[in-house]
Amino acid sequence: MNKTEQARLIIGRLSEQAEGNSIVHRISPLCKLFITIVFIGVTTSYGKYDLSGLFVMILFPVIWYQFAEVSFSECLYRLRYVMPLVVIMGLANPFFDKEIVLYVGRVGISGGVISMLVLILKGLLCLFMSYLLVATSSIEEMCIAMRRIHIPAFFTTLILLTFRFVTLFLEELSVMTEAYQLRAPGQKGIQFGAWGSFLGQLILRSVDRAQALYESMVLRGYSGEISYYGYKKYSKWSVLITVLNLCLVVLVRYVRF
Amino acid sequence: MHMADALLAPAVAATMYGASLATTGVAIYKLKKENSFDMEDSLKKIPTMAVMSSLVFAGQMINYTIPATGSSGHICGGVMLSALLGPWSAFLSMIAVLVIQCLFFADGGLMALGANVWNMSFYGCILGYFLIFRPIASGKILKNVNARSRLIIASIASCIITLQLGAFSVVLETGASGITELPFGAFVALMQPIHLAIGLVEGLATSAILVFVYENRPEMITCLTDSKEGKTSFKTTLVILAIVACVIAGVMSQFASSNPDGLEWSLFGNEEAGYAANMGLDEDDYGVQSSAAVVADSIQSKTAFLPDYAFANDEDNRLGTSVSGVLGSAMVAALAAIICLAGKIFRTKKQA
Repeated sequence: MNKTEQARLIIGRLSEQAEGNSIVHRISPLCKLFITIVFIGVTTSYGKYDLSGLFVMILFPVIWYQFAEVSFSECLYRLRYVMPLVVIMGLANPFFDKEIVLYVGRVGISGGVISMLVLILKGLLCLFMSYLLVATSSIEEMCIAMRRIHIPAFFTTLILLTFRFVTLFLEELSVMTEAYQLRAPGQKGIQFGAWGSFLGQLILRSVDRAQALYESMVLRGYSGEISYYGYKKYSKWSVLITVLNLCLVVLVRYVRF
Repeated sequence: MHMADALLAPAVAATMYGASLATTGVAIYKLKKENSFDMEDSLKKIPTMAVMSSLVFAGQMINYTIPATGSSGHICGGVMLSALLGPWSAFLSMIAVLVIQCLFFADGGLMALGANVWNMSFYGCILGYFLIFRPIASGKILKNVNARSRLIIASIASCIITLQLGAFSVVLETGASGITELPFGAFVALMQPIHLAIGLVEGLATSAILVFVYENRPEMITCLTDSKEGKTSFKTTLVILAIVACVIAGVMSQFASSNPDGLEWSLFGNEEAGYAANMGLDEDDYGVQSSAAVVADSIQSKTAFLPDYAFANDEDNRLGTSVSGVLGSAMVAALAAIICLAGKIFRTKKQA
């Protein structure tokens, strides 16, 4: 399977997951966005050495994931490219901060190790919650939510079309790659000298196709506004859950048990 | 270059959101002025923008290996977008890419979105375009070189420089958040060379694409065909430089060392750090005593509302340092403007 098909599969899989019907899927996307932002803000506000405080925050993604029926391992697999930078930054800490702050039995643990663990944990927690948002809301729902908070229609159209055109673009790419491979049997990949014309051609073809598509959308009555018709309604429970979550997060952050 | 949430402190994230939102406002204003949002005009603009964003999006999904480093990188695409769409549309397209990555793929943090927009779209689409790409590509700088070569030079130069700036911003933002013990110098030495390699590859790819598009559809590369566009750049350049100065001053001043500067150190020493008083002078009472000096000192202590780069009554406050960094650069800019204005008035008088 080549990279193009892999990319298409990932997009398909994510859209499919967002179509689910768990309790979390039924919460309004705006509320979920708010919950996520609050969680990330609170998580990153923990002090550099506050490992014990931060540890309690693990409970939130654990509970949310149970309700959302999303698997942790899939989340980790999808986000394997995101963590390395955080881990590299964290790994430097033990080398520069060697002051012993804690003894476990007779083994001294330095401040650097604690701050490394805190950083990695923060990274993981933020990613878990962001992924939860991704996995439980579709792009159309998010765009409608963005319109509700008065983000310009121009911008939501741009986001929606960009997302739709990725598939179109990848389709053009695989057609062109296949045509190239048929013309150059036995050759691995695309010859370096042909990259410019290949990609340039790809851009021109995709732009033409996108314009034709958009024109046909306009001819069928699209006026820059997404139609709300047919999308699921959200219950008032969304707001209640959001407030409850907010209270719990603040409680965990500022009240020491 | 996508930053994760954990790498940023909430205050730094908020600052970067502010900077990016302000630039977005300017971009929307500029496009509205050009009537880009009208149905007639958007027929061409929106699908082109969307398909170019999706190209960048797909390009960023596919990482390529950087030879001899064991690391991998992906294209950033800002320079290509601004060459084909114009800087302001390119900036919005890039935001669309980053929002999709953040909200639908969890790549790049939600709180770090402001910083990511700044590091990737601002430098690539706006700064790189106005200060590097357009002057070179439109023939302002290299007049005797043909358009094709100018495009190649412009793409490579702007890709490398904007990626370096972006990488340096990542270092500054992470440093200002205080989450890593990695010294500033070591982190810079880690980030810059790797982005030099990425920038070079991206520059080559961008130039190859742009040359092809130029040869087949020259009207798509506006800064080469539209002679009108190259003229009114001075004001825009000034505005951009002002914004950059403010942000850099704001972030940089978080690092401002509380140790005395060279001059202060040589005069008064730094006893807290264990140095002897170099010239043995008392900071509050030195020099020749005269009534004029006393008056001047009392005036200075009243007018300097940001003594030693912090708010007057709160010396340990980091926010004070960063506010005074921004204010300081604003005051310097105002002073420079006054000097220029005075010079202009002086010259016109002299001519008359």
